[in-house]
Amino acid sequence: MTPHLAVLVVVIPLASSLVIPLVGIFSRRAGQTLALLAHVVTLVLALATLVRVLAEGSWSYHLGGWMPPWGIEYVVDPLSAGMAVLISGMALLTMVYAAGCLDKRNSRHPGLSEALFLLLTAGLLGIVMTGDMFNLYVFLEISSIAAYALLTSEEGPSLVATFRYLLVGTIAASLYLLGTGYLYALTGTLNMADLGVRLSETGDSMAVVAGVSLVVIGLAVKAAVFPLHGWLPDTYTYAPVAVVGFIGAVMTKVSAYALFRILFFVLDTQAVSGAAVTWLGWLAVVAIVAGSWMALAQTDVRRMLAYSSVGQMGFIVIGFSLGNVPAMVGGLFHLLNHAVMKGCLFLVAGGVRWRTGATTIKAYAGMGRRLPLTMAAFFVAALSMIGLPPTAGFFSKWYLLVGAVEAQAWVVLAAIIISSALSAIYFFRVIEKAFFQTSDEINPASERTELPGVMLGPVVILAMVVLLLGLLNEPIVTHFVMHALPPNV
Amino acid sequence: MPAFLTHAEYWLAALLLFWGVYGVLASNHLLRKLMAMNIMQVGVIVFFIALAAKSGATAPVVVDVNQSIQASGYVNPLPHALMLTAIVVSVSTTGVALALLIRIQRRYGTLQETTLLERLKQ
Repeated sequence: MTPHLAVLVVVIPLASSLVIPLVGIFSRRAGQTLALLAHVVTLVLALATLVRVLAEGSWSYHLGGWMPPWGIEYVVDPLSAGMAVLISGMALLTMVYAAGCLDKRNSRHPGLSEALFLLLTAGLLGIVMTGDMFNLYVFLEISSIAAYALLTSEEGPSLVATFRYLLVGTIAASLYLLGTGYLYALTGTLNMADLGVRLSETGDSMAVVAGVSLVVIGLAVKAAVFPLHGWLPDTYTYAPVAVVGFIGAVMTKVSAYALFRILFFVLDTQAVSGAAVTWLGWLAVVAIVAGSWMALAQTDVRRMLAYSSVGQMGFIVIGFSLGNVPAMVGGLFHLLNHAVMKGCLFLVAGGVRWRTGATTIKAYAGMGRRLPLTMAAFFVAALSMIGLPPTAGFFSKWYLLVGAVEAQAWVVLAAIIISSALSAIYFFRVIEKAFFQTSDEINPASERTELPGVMLGPVVILAMVVLLLGLLNEPIVTHFVMHALPPNV
Repeated sequence: MPAFLTHAEYWLAALLLFWGVYGVLASNHLLRKLMAMNIMQVGVIVFFIALAAKSGATAPVVVDVNQSIQASGYVNPLPHALMLTAIVVSVSTTGVALALLIRIQRRYGTLQETTLLERLKQ
């Protein structure tokens, strides 16, 4: 049973996404229950995988019994198992939240949004589990197609924004595929581990440079690495309430993970990937400052959060780029933290819009009185985004700063500090509106209209996880993040 | 034969790729953009199929198992298999995109990007 964990984590959501629309035809309630069950089982399996990999070390699973490099191989190491827990955990919480606000919609096709959501989860889990370049492409597209459909489950500007995302995303995936073709032509293999070994024997050539560049550019678009983030703000702003909580929190992180995996575990012997890492690092420095600066200019809370994501992706990439142990720990820890806190913030923004219709910072006046618990969660997550102790964001930024000092990268140091100051400004604008400005003249009926339990629960849990990740940062880093680092750092 | 003629299939792949990307950027109609995206995907497919080709080789079907098998006698089946999957992915993406276009047309009454952006602002 236990070696099969690697594949079950992907197969369970994939299989249930096929079954649920069929069950949904007969009973809507049964479809929803089945979807919830599938998410719970996936999370339990992911947790079991993580426990086993931390106790017994990495293992690889050969699909259909075909030995690598001929067959498809799934590789479970602390990094991929940790990502699997993050994805399935966020998926479960968002699914519960969505049950609160999607109930009346999609009544013509019961179970469809639940099935798409499971398909998206399966695709993302596949990306983190696979050890095969082409399999990664397939999962990348499975998750993307499910995401396009979910993002347009409401009428409105999201249709146009998502169509643009579809064009950009598909071109990016095609570039990734083309790059994989170059690497396959050079080495005759698609297995990541085998590819790494064979490329280290052939050495650098223009074809390697082309292949690696195409793979990196393709994944960087999907990860919204500045300046390839153009699709992100509109897509996130107009997305349906529940969907963006998951997509905004997890999807770009998974592409960043794939970038990290390929650059540091597969192509780490190539000079060109070193150059790519340096380039990405400089872009990340610009992203950190520019993303926060653009967030400052927004009046819509969701758009502000979207631009803030562009900046925060920079923090993750810069950690990888600096390349020393504290910086890498900071980057990986920030990947985890940012997924949790940005998920929390997007769910709050969605809940506020669902409950009151408010989307602009101005309209958040008096929100602290109307939705006290929801806005308290916003407050905690915002503190973490700014990087104040004892929240999670402080510690990942702290590791990044230590890494920057160790590498004597003063530009990076300055960028991190400037960005933190900017995010303090734009988050306190919202917090000030919500808590310290009464909305008496705007809204005389500022009575409590707290979110229903199913929506409030996930929001509060995420806010508590932000605090827990901060308070327990030391055991998490020593027992998990340190094991997830690339072998030769 | 000059080099660019012996590798004509790669030139075709490159042409389709750039043509597709140019079309996505330059055309004003969303359906045209989608078609250009498909052209680009075909470019990638041609590239992979060109990788598999060998002159003087046959289809990779082994008739007599007892005979010794020379890999040089067969074209590489793997890129073909990969591209079958890539075509399926491409068809699915196109399907989703067309469904989106229908909904955009119904809601905004146009697929011309400039007109669409004006109507979105209202």
